[in-house]
Amino acid sequence: MARSMCWHCQSAVTGEYFCERCVKVQPVSKEADYFTCLGFPRRLMLDSKQLEAKFYEMSRTFHPDFYQTKSPAEQAISLGNAAVLNTAYRTLRDPIQRAEYLLGLETGSVKDIRTSPPADLFEEILELQDTLEEYRSSERDSQEGRELRTALETEQRALEQRKQEMETQLHQLFGEWDQLQDRGESTSQTRVDRDRLLKHMRALLSNRTYITSIVNDLATTIA
Amino acid sequence: MSRIVGIDLGTTNSLVAYMKDGQPCVIPDRKGRTMVPSVVALTDNGLIVGDSAKEHLTRNPERTVYSVKRFMGRGLVDVQNELAYFPYQLTETGGVIRIRLGEKNYSPPQISAMILKELKLRAEAHLGESITKAVITVPAYFNDSQRQATKDAGLIAGLEVLRIINEPTAASLAYGLQKNTQGTIAVYDFGGGTFDISILKLKDGIFEVLATNGDTHLGGDDLDRLLVDLFIGQIQEQHGIDLTGHPDHMQSVRLEAERAKIRLSDDLKTTIAVELPDDRGQFTRELTRAQLESLTISVIERTLAPCRMALKDAGLTSKDIDEVVLVGGSTRMPLVRQRVEALFGKPPHCHLNPDEVVALGAAVQADILSGGTTDMLLLDVTPLSLGIETMGGVMSSLIRRNTTIPASAKELFTTYVDGQTGVDIHILQGERELVKDNRSLARFRLKVPPLPAGVPRIEVTFLIDANGILNVTATDMRTGQSQSIEVKPSYGLSDTEVERMIEDSFKFAADDVNARKLIEARLDAEALLKTTEKSLVEAGYLITSDETDNIRTALSQLRAAIDGPDPRAIRARMAALEQAAKHLNVVMLDDSLKKSLQGKKVTEVT
Repeated sequence: MARSMCWHCQSAVTGEYFCERCVKVQPVSKEADYFTCLGFPRRLMLDSKQLEAKFYEMSRTFHPDFYQTKSPAEQAISLGNAAVLNTAYRTLRDPIQRAEYLLGLETGSVKDIRTSPPADLFEEILELQDTLEEYRSSERDSQEGRELRTALETEQRALEQRKQEMETQLHQLFGEWDQLQDRGESTSQTRVDRDRLLKHMRALLSNRTYITSIVNDLATTIA
Repeated sequence: MSRIVGIDLGTTNSLVAYMKDGQPCVIPDRKGRTMVPSVVALTDNGLIVGDSAKEHLTRNPERTVYSVKRFMGRGLVDVQNELAYFPYQLTETGGVIRIRLGEKNYSPPQISAMILKELKLRAEAHLGESITKAVITVPAYFNDSQRQATKDAGLIAGLEVLRIINEPTAASLAYGLQKNTQGTIAVYDFGGGTFDISILKLKDGIFEVLATNGDTHLGGDDLDRLLVDLFIGQIQEQHGIDLTGHPDHMQSVRLEAERAKIRLSDDLKTTIAVELPDDRGQFTRELTRAQLESLTISVIERTLAPCRMALKDAGLTSKDIDEVVLVGGSTRMPLVRQRVEALFGKPPHCHLNPDEVVALGAAVQADILSGGTTDMLLLDVTPLSLGIETMGGVMSSLIRRNTTIPASAKELFTTYVDGQTGVDIHILQGERELVKDNRSLARFRLKVPPLPAGVPRIEVTFLIDANGILNVTATDMRTGQSQSIEVKPSYGLSDTEVERMIEDSFKFAADDVNARKLIEARLDAEALLKTTEKSLVEAGYLITSDETDNIRTALSQLRAAIDGPDPRAIRARMAALEQAAKHLNVVMLDDSLKKSLQGKKVTEVT
């Protein structure tokens, strides 16, 4: 996590977060990804208790509360480090965000949010949009309004069910990814498997994001 | 490191606390009172604060400021619909409310600074040392401008504000220290002017805030207003008097309403009595707890939606909450306790003093900062989403609400036109989609080197520090050079204005010192007058008539000096009187010695 040279005494830093010579706190490297930052391998099935324990431990190391009596330079470093640590923990704590982040790291591309519905849901979504429009322009208490509402609620449940299935599927892929990484082989077959997994996860994550936004929209409309 | 005190700067009352042998304790005044009413009055003898100022609420309503916290970091438009309730005159300059007191206008941070100074003096008198550093609490739902205004108040009062800490989280520190609990707690903080709910996870000394929500304009004040409206309506009906034209009587009604509300937390019914103007007699009526409750239930229920939101944001349900902690004076109301119990499905923890627990927690945080307490750490969150204005008047969110602080976000900016030299950035806080529905925090202009469109790359870092206050820095990614940014706050004092107010406060400080010296000199002089007069009566026969005359002259000269404004003149006359009465004192001492020796044997004396 540390840089190679201490900002304060210019000696080589061998310690993890502090210079061993002058005991000054070191800034988190700008290149370090969130997994490295929290000291975890690039895996998707991380233990949330372990993550939390590590986050608490590192908060005790970096939080600005403990640097109030130190120099302004050290205070600034602690502030920057704590902000990075908080972002890292927030990203890795949530399995979905963690996977999206890992995809970004592995494929080098930024997360793309789908704006068109997934192919297999295309018809269903178009129909739903029409029903939503009708409901918005209908009298809520009328016979028509009530019927539309019931239809929308059924659709909401169906979509939530769908989302659940996608998450189960994702969870399975997360496990496969970790196993592949744990084997640590680099054959042409593992490279193919790796690319297949990444592609599959990307598709599922993006569909899930799309469905989530539809479900939220539904929920606020009929609330 | 010099001592850091913890301050609860409340809407109704303020307190100061410190850490004594590992336990936080509130600092009382000489009479043992722990709370300083957050009231500032302009009198003929200058500005006064606290209990003595509170007496001026009815005597001098136009020149007595209360509930100033409601105006911190706000513009006049924010408080438009409650202006009628305040007897003092409010205006606005540069997005900041100004309060008219006599010939001068004061910003809310300046008024708050007077309260802070009173607390500072109290702490200095109690601890016998100069106090220059403090942790000050704010409602968790305070936005950036309100926090900044609180920090400004500290600066103006001559205090370095080492940390702004959220009231419910401060309360959780005091609670955690006392109970050493592990688990998930909800802190329900219903005070004089603000409401907060915070959900925290307590584990191994870490206090992690999971979510917070609230309303910075919802408190006991709003309950009092419902009673005031009821009473003035009845006074109009029964006596044909419009009290709104009588600010002094309006204040009496307000204070009586507040007292009645407080009494009804213990009693089932109470009697209201208010003097009417122009000797028109008294308005009296009975008020039952049931009547109070049916009148205020809608306001109290407004606290429940934020609670549900906080639970949702924390990803929890009420079943996951191990304990509910009550903070703030308004939680003494039985109806509030019932509603909280119904929402969370368990009786709330009521064993902490809801008035003091926030100040105690601030003292604990102060001790953490000074390196005293090392096993506790607070991880708080930002209550509101932070973003910038983008095309079409839409807010683009950079840091989501309930993100653990410190938190940072980076955004890359470029130009759309060749040779463009600046990019205007508008910073916002809030949860709505459109810019106009959110709170404008500040604007600044990013300097860009004149280059073809799209070539410049300026990275702006938005950092919310541990106080929940925003810091903005920018770096030119092509040259690596950072640029300083002058942020113009939308609802706050500029740096130069704060500096001027600090200077002013030093000028006033000289006046304050003089006022204090005058009061002390007067007290000492009166004591001297009394003892000398007594001596003259008792032992005047022992001295010559010339001496008696001299003493009488010195006495009358001192009496004249007491009414004057100069403490040095009083001290000089006191010295003259002591000189004139010197012989009298000597002969009195001899006389009493002689009397005590009479009838005793020599051996008994030696």
